[in-house]
Amino acid sequence: MLASGMADGFTRAQVEAIAALANLELDPAETELFARQLGEILAYADAVQQIDTTGVPPTAHLAARDGAERPDVCRPCLDREAALANAPDAAREAGLFRVPRVIG
Amino acid sequence: MTGGSASPTLRELRDAVRSGARSAVEVCRESLARIEAAEPSLHAFNTVVADRALARAEAIDRDRDRWRDAPLAGVPVAVKDNLCTRGVRTTASSRILDGFVPPYDATVVERLERAGAIVVGKTNCDEFAMGSSNENSAFGPVHNPWALDRTPGGTSGGSAASVAARLTPLALGSDTGGSIRQPAAFCGIVGLKPTYGRVSRYGLIAHASSLDQVGPLALTVGDAAIALGAIAGADSCDATSAREPVADYAAALTGEVRGARIGVPSRLLDGVDADVARAFRAALDVLAARGAALVDVDLPHARYAIPVYYLVSTAEASSNLARYDGVRYGLRVSGDQDLRTMYARTRERGFGPEVKRRIMLGTYVLSAGYYDAYYLKAQQVRTLILRDYDRAFERVDAVAMPTSPTPPFKLGERITDPLQMYLGDVFTVSANLAGLPAISVPCGFTSPKPGAGPAGEGALPIGLQLTGRRFDEATLLRLADAYESDTSWWTQAPPIAAR
Repeated sequence: MLASGMADGFTRAQVEAIAALANLELDPAETELFARQLGEILAYADAVQQIDTTGVPPTAHLAARDGAERPDVCRPCLDREAALANAPDAAREAGLFRVPRVIG
Repeated sequence: MTGGSASPTLRELRDAVRSGARSAVEVCRESLARIEAAEPSLHAFNTVVADRALARAEAIDRDRDRWRDAPLAGVPVAVKDNLCTRGVRTTASSRILDGFVPPYDATVVERLERAGAIVVGKTNCDEFAMGSSNENSAFGPVHNPWALDRTPGGTSGGSAASVAARLTPLALGSDTGGSIRQPAAFCGIVGLKPTYGRVSRYGLIAHASSLDQVGPLALTVGDAAIALGAIAGADSCDATSAREPVADYAAALTGEVRGARIGVPSRLLDGVDADVARAFRAALDVLAARGAALVDVDLPHARYAIPVYYLVSTAEASSNLARYDGVRYGLRVSGDQDLRTMYARTRERGFGPEVKRRIMLGTYVLSAGYYDAYYLKAQQVRTLILRDYDRAFERVDAVAMPTSPTPPFKLGERITDPLQMYLGDVFTVSANLAGLPAISVPCGFTSPKPGAGPAGEGALPIGLQLTGRRFDEATLLRLADAYESDTSWWTQAPPIAAR
């Protein structure tokens, strides 16, 4: 879907495909702008391709392992009312977030 | 230079409140009055919570005995607006969080208040902490207290401006690629990014979760040390927070530098602005005169840090920002439409251009067919950057660099050229990629421009950055404090502070 044209600038269709993956609805001016800018940024980022990384493990995070676990016990958490308080639309008595119709 | 050393430090204010020489209410009122006077020029705050702050100050005055030993008793603090504050709107300077009032406090906010601090407001920042100039705020930019037509840096620009203009002696910021240190440098104050995991991220609105860290901005290194002691430590709400013991950072400031080995990656410093290079060399001379040994170090992969950073951070951001969809909080753009259209229109309307650009870039580098070429490759080079520092720290105790290759630039100067903006982060992003602590401390000013007026006017602050070993904030603070005591750049206040 997004094939080709990696660092040489993007076509309008490619930018629209990325926007769809990201749940963004860009206007035509933004689509033009991002086609150029994403190309420029990735052309610069292509510098990393020159580095030999054979056998080098990836680093995804630097979290210390010692903090990762805690006792598995029940603790108080947000009550339903507080969790719904910021919702743009909610059925408060039912305790639900409300969204536009999903099923036809 | 105008101003002077009259502005009290965090420590002085705290001691005055503790001893009863000043009331917390009086200190709080003074901070609020300064904010009110300076805000029209600076725009450092998104929200000021005067009533809440005064009520808290009264509570401290009523029960002074309880706060006698509190490390931040009565200290007014400005909190970056990407840290959740219970009952106080939190925006991350984005329209998409319109109306959001957090039901809980970030752990750092809770800890500040437990230490006696008084939150006076939420500071302006780049939207979702993405940027280097504060111009990406949906509410308009912050202005540099030293030159109102220039950027205070980003993304914690409001926090830095608040401390520099002497509105509050302390502010909290967050740092994903330099967002505490670069604004600190641009505003002539101290900014500390702790080791990844040193400070809880619970309640920090996520930008890039493997890079984000909360830290203090203050006038002096000693004040930053006190603040770090108050907020550091394990938190059961953040699985990435470390159980590593918290040192007594204030006690670590012995002034002793003899025998310390400071690495200088000379090869990286080509192309640095002449004023910045001069101030940096002079700072190294000060440290050397105190007995530190300067050692040339090589960080061969450091020049790839910016591409790696913008591949890794945008990938993480695109994932983190998927949660803003108009369902649970913030803005919803509604109408006669289906769910997916509601998501897309809400996000289109709610996010600003830089945030969209990064979501797009991050989505692309994570997409099928490009993941290996970009995201995985960047993570591998991240490992090489990490190893460079590991090797350097076998020989040295800290690595010194300028915080930014240039002094604060003009508002509007780089905003239309994202790549140019990103290149300014060259010295700061490595510490985030490697999870290392790093501090920026004032190290001088640019030469005033000819015809700029009375002596010193027009001069802009410059910062020295020291990067240290993981969880060794104590050494960084000790070196920075020793440097500060020989130079006292922090005593220079911008003209606006004297008003």
